[in-house]
Amino acid sequence: MATQTPVPAVLDQTTSTACRPMWLEVLHDWVTTVDHKKIGLMYIGYALLFLVVAGFEALLIRIQLAIPNNTFVSPQVFNRLFTMHGSTMIFFVAMPVLFGFGNYLIPLMIGARDMAFPRLNAFSFWVSAFGGLLLYFSYFGGSGLYGAGSAPDVGWWAYAPLTAKAFSPGHSTDYWTLAILLSGVGTIGTALNIVTTVICMRCPGMKLSRMPLLVWIYLVMSLMAFVTISPLTAAQIMLMLDRYLGSHLFDTQAGGSAVLWMHFFWIFGHPEVYILILPAFAFANEIIPVFSRKAIFGYPAMVAATVGIGFVSLSVWAHHMFTVGMGAGANTFFVFSSMTIAVPTGIKIFNWLATIWGGKIRFTTSMMFAIGFLFQFLIAGLTGIMLAVAPFDWQLGNSYFVVAHFHYVIVGGILFMLFSAFYYWYPKMTGRMLSEKLGKWHFWLFLIGFHLTFDIMHIPGILGMPRRIYTYEADRGWMIWNLLVSSGAMIQTVGVLLFVYNLVRSYFKGAVAGADPWDGWTLEWSTTSPPPSYNFAVIPSVGSRRPLWDLKHPEDPDNNYE
Amino acid sequence: MSQAAVIPQNAPEVWKLPSRGIVGMACLILAEAAIFLIFVVAYVYYIGKSLSGPTPRDVLTLPIFATICLLSSSLTVHLAVSTLHGDKRRLCSLWLAATVLLGSIFLGSTALEWYHLIYHDGLSIRTNLFGSTYYSLVGLHASHVIVGLLMLTLALIFSLRGAVTTRHTERLQVLSLYWHFVDGIWVVVFLVVYVLGR
Repeated sequence: MATQTPVPAVLDQTTSTACRPMWLEVLHDWVTTVDHKKIGLMYIGYALLFLVVAGFEALLIRIQLAIPNNTFVSPQVFNRLFTMHGSTMIFFVAMPVLFGFGNYLIPLMIGARDMAFPRLNAFSFWVSAFGGLLLYFSYFGGSGLYGAGSAPDVGWWAYAPLTAKAFSPGHSTDYWTLAILLSGVGTIGTALNIVTTVICMRCPGMKLSRMPLLVWIYLVMSLMAFVTISPLTAAQIMLMLDRYLGSHLFDTQAGGSAVLWMHFFWIFGHPEVYILILPAFAFANEIIPVFSRKAIFGYPAMVAATVGIGFVSLSVWAHHMFTVGMGAGANTFFVFSSMTIAVPTGIKIFNWLATIWGGKIRFTTSMMFAIGFLFQFLIAGLTGIMLAVAPFDWQLGNSYFVVAHFHYVIVGGILFMLFSAFYYWYPKMTGRMLSEKLGKWHFWLFLIGFHLTFDIMHIPGILGMPRRIYTYEADRGWMIWNLLVSSGAMIQTVGVLLFVYNLVRSYFKGAVAGADPWDGWTLEWSTTSPPPSYNFAVIPSVGSRRPLWDLKHPEDPDNNYE
Repeated sequence: MSQAAVIPQNAPEVWKLPSRGIVGMACLILAEAAIFLIFVVAYVYYIGKSLSGPTPRDVLTLPIFATICLLSSSLTVHLAVSTLHGDKRRLCSLWLAATVLLGSIFLGSTALEWYHLIYHDGLSIRTNLFGSTYYSLVGLHASHVIVGLLMLTLALIFSLRGAVTTRHTERLQVLSLYWHFVDGIWVVVFLVVYVLGR
């Protein structure tokens, strides 16, 4: 039976009377902080900044492709745009924003006062942030500081031998390599921190079988990072050896293999997709039950499916390479392993549906984004299964169908769930509610824009439009589709701008949230919003998966059923 | 929807969790092992694919003595931890010094080997694929040895100044885990470069 210790809402009365700190003090405070919440917020803010930058690059790409024979940007600039858009979105938007949420939420959810290694946490953030700045500094320093400089233009997967010194002179590719290397170091640091925090910092009673599913998923995702991000780091070291010291690891003229780079890149690249989508699953596991007013359906199956995805995802990478000519044996293996991963993912989808089934659903903006995620992720998974069939992939590999597929995963799946997470946890992070009215506008605009862009984008792919194409002839019949895709991008932009406006406006004018605005069940809702720097005045101890349910319903605690 | 913060408290139970240092080091070792795996894969993949000489059979000799030194340093660092655990602090310094010495001998013999390869056999990282993979794999391992030696030397200096007590056993143990990893990787590198690759 749960007992309770009431804690005053405002523990520290001095701040209200203390004078406003100088901006320099505030800056110093943020730069030197080792508090997991501040680092988490910095991760999120930094990712949002790059989201706007990389989104702007996407807009330029879409303007260029909207009509045939367009010369809105030059071919060279176009190559730089898609390289920077891809690299930024994966390494400096998706990874930091997911780690930001993880950093913020994990210690709160397991009842700890900070991460296991707070200084390592700060180091990881600043290294990643420096990597992002280095990537964009290439615009000035890409040619070695004389002239205007240039950004990398080798594509986000940087296939050999295009990255060799002979084909990519100047320093733009070096900036790319170093930026990705630094981002990898930061990622390993944070992943190490998350695993150690989850294993060693749980509050009394928080057994592994009682952890919130979000924490479970971040644990699996961080373990995957060790065996996924590290190979990329190794490949970047090799690329640097090739470029700086003249080794021949990817030099085809000296007998080196370009295919080896492809393997090394995709050994990172495909599990990376699951590293990115798993946190989206994590948010769904927390948000869908709360707004369905039901405990999550099939907790052990969810954990098992997560671990299953973690394992299987390590053996699917070469489905990116069906067109290379690996031979029938390898192709067959990767077709079947790619299909196998649909099984644990399907288990998750059914569990979410079963959680919603018969629930008392509250259609908040957060829940609407979560439902959008469910449907769109399913469709994205289905086109994924289509592309996993090797003969189908021979037909449509490297076409806009592929671009549409993975944007469906990343935007329709990950970004929708991220927006959901923002609406759900923003009150905890700032103490203010996001405006629901603006939120609904954001949701519908973004939903319409998303479907206009990415549903239609499949069609030019089927008609034969290759990805990364600079422009196309008018008689191809691709124009109407590209025009629709580009106009959808504009609608999405309006939606995102509304969201950013909502974030800023609600920070000052939003309704005061209180500690527990959603009637939630996990530990982060048991402390004030925003939480004090020590998180919990007394370390909590828990007796079930939903400690706050036990507290609110002492007559019917959860551990009767677990 | 309660507005005030209420922190749940249940009846206390026995609650013991693993140490942070050891779990953190285990994670680091996992990540480092993945980096080495990629370099080993590249080495194995390129065995016999060099377009020109020199080949491994021409120039490589088995570094038996260096290997014995490095592997026995695993034993000495273990003894350093266990003597510290038993509060024999001078013995701990002795074993740490032995570890640093054995590690330095290994590093020195690698340096000699490289000197020989570069100046007598004309094999540099630019020469052929064998040179590229050999120097990158062995160099990656050697750089890990250097990092380990720096940290062990630091521990030795602290120990000689009397600043290391039984309270620090766990920290020294974390460092020894790293050193065991570096030694274990050498077994793999040795087998791949000097046995399989020759």
